[in-house]
Amino acid sequence: MNALNIKGLTKVYKGGTRALNGINLQVKQGDFFALLGPNGAGKSTTIGIISSLVNKTDGSADIFEYSLDTQPVEAKSCIGLVPQEFNFNQFETLMQIVVNQAGYYGVPRNVAKERAEKYLKQLDLWEKRNQPARNLSGGMKRRLMIARALMHEPRMLILDEPTAGVDIEIRRSMWTFLKEINEQGITIILTTHYLEEAEMLCRNIAIIDKGIIVQNTSMKSLLATLNIETFILDLAGEHQNITLTGFEHRLLDIHTLEVDVAKEESLNNVFEQLSNQQIQVLSMRNKSNRLEELFVRLVESGREVQRIKDESAKKEALANE
Amino acid sequence: MNNRTLIALQTLLIKECTRFLRIWIQTLVPPAITMSLYFVIFGNLIGSRIGKMGGFSYMEFIVPGLIMMAVITNSYSNVSSSFYSAKFQHNIEELLVAPIPNWVIIAGFVGGGVARAILIGIIVTCVSMLFVDITLHSIPIIIITLLLTSTLFATAGLINAIFAKSFDDISVVPTFVLTPLTYLGGVFYSLTLLPEFWQWVSKINPIVYMVNGFRYGFLGVSDVDYLYSLGLLVGFNVILLSFAYSLINRGVGIRS
Repeated sequence: MNALNIKGLTKVYKGGTRALNGINLQVKQGDFFALLGPNGAGKSTTIGIISSLVNKTDGSADIFEYSLDTQPVEAKSCIGLVPQEFNFNQFETLMQIVVNQAGYYGVPRNVAKERAEKYLKQLDLWEKRNQPARNLSGGMKRRLMIARALMHEPRMLILDEPTAGVDIEIRRSMWTFLKEINEQGITIILTTHYLEEAEMLCRNIAIIDKGIIVQNTSMKSLLATLNIETFILDLAGEHQNITLTGFEHRLLDIHTLEVDVAKEESLNNVFEQLSNQQIQVLSMRNKSNRLEELFVRLVESGREVQRIKDESAKKEALANE
Repeated sequence: MNNRTLIALQTLLIKECTRFLRIWIQTLVPPAITMSLYFVIFGNLIGSRIGKMGGFSYMEFIVPGLIMMAVITNSYSNVSSSFYSAKFQHNIEELLVAPIPNWVIIAGFVGGGVARAILIGIIVTCVSMLFVDITLHSIPIIIITLLLTSTLFATAGLINAIFAKSFDDISVVPTFVLTPLTYLGGVFYSLTLLPEFWQWVSKINPIVYMVNGFRYGFLGVSDVDYLYSLGLLVGFNVILLSFAYSLINRGVGIRS
């Protein structure tokens, strides 16, 4: 069963901005799905439509086979939303925020209080339960939004950049928590700018740019398409010229070498050649996250394809005149 | 109404009442102080020189109007500020993503405004009892007029907040429309004191009917027929509630 089934979803804002251009997207039940794209690509608009915060222009969205148009109550009940911006009342206490949210979904107050204890404890917020939300740190506010979204025990959790501005320790604990709830059967859709986060957590991925899905596949098969990986080597001593036969390489400065290594080639070969030249490698690292490289390439190639399409459409229009 | 909807409505009402009770110094105390000043200045100091009005002492005459004035102002400002704050802080989204019927959103916010108006009405009545002996001609008319008026102005406050784009926008209507209409709505005088032309002009002001309906409930006297007042109140309520429902349904001011 699909947790989410989007068909021909289109959004044109007042003023003519076309945020979504008839996208199709399916997310399977139980999946941990990444929806990535540059700023203004249409991620938040897509999430806004799914969660009923944005009115769509055209198309349809079904949540666990409930249509958002004809069965909005059933569809909305399946979704828990963690939005990008803090959108709780800053003057209310944590308990009030999460218990009220459960109430909006029809959860009786006594049950809501039990769940509040469970989720606030799991997210390390229980000690702060009677404090106004404005007193929380940024990381705590993010966790509060996750707790709030889980209060009605949704079947699908949508997280719009949940770890933005959160330090690495809290981010990692949030990853662990999200993995756990996904293992319990909750479908998760995640948008993030931290691509290592998507790589680490998600099984499937869609990349959206300018309102179009430019890639929709499994994380494994997407990463498998990456042919070349770039490594940065920190070298002992100073070097002006280095020869590496069979490898694209460049000296970034007298101590640092950048080498492109194709998938079928061995790194041993690089080290052997450097060793033969009496060059000692002190340390080595990836130039960037693998997914990041793919992301940039896909977005750029998608834009190139669109540019060519636009140009040929213009030419055709001129020829018809 | 199913159980889920009932819980959602109850939650929203509790949240709205908690909000105005949490900031009681801003919401409950000022009307009590303002009304005490009105009673001291207009009732005791000036009123004693005015003599009888409508067969009652001036103090007795102005009590229902002053209560109504507080009810109108507070029901309106409660909903306009609460709903606009929810929009401003984006926590209105908590309601929009939930499976809540739109009428529950309206009922929750308007209900909060009505609850505050009733509480203010009780407080102001208690304050007025320090200055004058209150007579109650018809308790049912007092209750019905109070409920209809507070619902009407709470709904008006909601509509104002739906369209508002800044905090200035929610203060424009109370300052430039509500306050003048209230002061010219027969709170401090009987319409019979006005020249015929101004009596006719006053009857265009809807607040005249609310003040007089309420006054009839307390004193049994009114410048207009109280049944006509109640009829108008019901009519205005139907129009404004329908308008608010249509705005929320279309997502005006709350959905992009």
